[in-house]
Amino acid sequence: MADSTSALALDKPRSPRRPAARRNNFELYSWVFMRISGLALVVLVLGHLFIMNILDGGVHRINFAFVAGRWSSPFWQFWDLSMLWLAQLHGGNGLRTIIDDYARKDNTRFWLKMLLYVAMAVILVLGTLVVFTFDPDIPAS
Amino acid sequence: MTAVAESTVHDTSQIPAPEGSLTVTVKIQRFNPEIDDEPHWESYDVPALPTDRVLNLLMNIKNYVDGTLSFRRSCAHGICGSDAMQINGINRLACKVLVKDLLAKKGKQTTITVAPIKGLPTMKDLYVDMEPFFEAYRAVKPYLIAYGNEPTRERIQSAADRERFDDTTKCILCACCTSSCPVYWADGSYFGPAAIVNAHRFIFDSRDEASEERLDILNDAEGVWRCRTTFNCTDACPRGIQVTKAIQEVKRALLFKRV
Repeated sequence: MADSTSALALDKPRSPRRPAARRNNFELYSWVFMRISGLALVVLVLGHLFIMNILDGGVHRINFAFVAGRWSSPFWQFWDLSMLWLAQLHGGNGLRTIIDDYARKDNTRFWLKMLLYVAMAVILVLGTLVVFTFDPDIPAS
Repeated sequence: MTAVAESTVHDTSQIPAPEGSLTVTVKIQRFNPEIDDEPHWESYDVPALPTDRVLNLLMNIKNYVDGTLSFRRSCAHGICGSDAMQINGINRLACKVLVKDLLAKKGKQTTITVAPIKGLPTMKDLYVDMEPFFEAYRAVKPYLIAYGNEPTRERIQSAADRERFDDTTKCILCACCTSSCPVYWADGSYFGPAAIVNAHRFIFDSRDEASEERLDILNDAEGVWRCRTTFNCTDACPRGIQVTKAIQEVKRALLFKRV
């Protein structure tokens, strides 16, 4: 028969083909995280969009002073920081499962995931840095 | 008569046409690994009674037109689960689908497309290699596991305890659900709905003592967490098992550490 998979299967008919379970709860926790962070993001992102785009004047009133004014309050700092972290981890985990589903080779899977993790790390570090070290008194240059 | 070009008109005059029968076109995805590089479609205009099953049409084509047409079928009454195939794009048992449910609107020619189930390697025509499917099935230990001394009498179970897993005892391992799952198509390492259904059958059985073992297996990267609740499996099941619900119940058992 031209089919090569059947010939391979006959080589070792009783060899286990599935690697042993890793016995950890990583997939469980990431599944739970997706549900909880999704719920939190509905509030955070819709609230953010409402404030930025609809509430008094919407997008036209946004300027440096507006952002500086918001970030002078720890509440908005916390809001934006949690939105950043939750969105990055939520989206990153979603992309991780998509890569797991659709990458055909282990090599492709590995490199796509590395690219994803590096991108996530860069955005998280950069965003966190800005939220915490934001200085409203930048000298006009 | 072997595989021929798609345009060939097949001589179906040998098929007996009982009174009241009408002509339907059966379009079958054919593949002969010894001749073809890839599958192709062939159409057969065959007489059919509205009360015929799709399996009758396939048997007529095999018996009177082309003996090389290959497909599995055994009991032909929806019990053995051999003849799972994609009929008009939906996974069904050919022996449970009636022609009258597939008829086109008045005056239009009825075409019934039949293809092998997806996600498993096609060996020939409608006949697929079921080994990956059964490998996943075996991996969840679908048998009673009990420790300690063997009881001297029957293992007693209350009606309520039996009811707990009643739905998943109906599985006939036809692979309709697993081969309708997009996650299973994308990467064959996912256990698939059928294996989880059969794990569910023992996880929630009060007589079984290895629930934790099976939950551990399904907690892995290839286990229940890959389910995206698309409900394809529930739609496909010819036994009406609430497959997605069973998968969710396994997830819940893992989440709350409670069976």
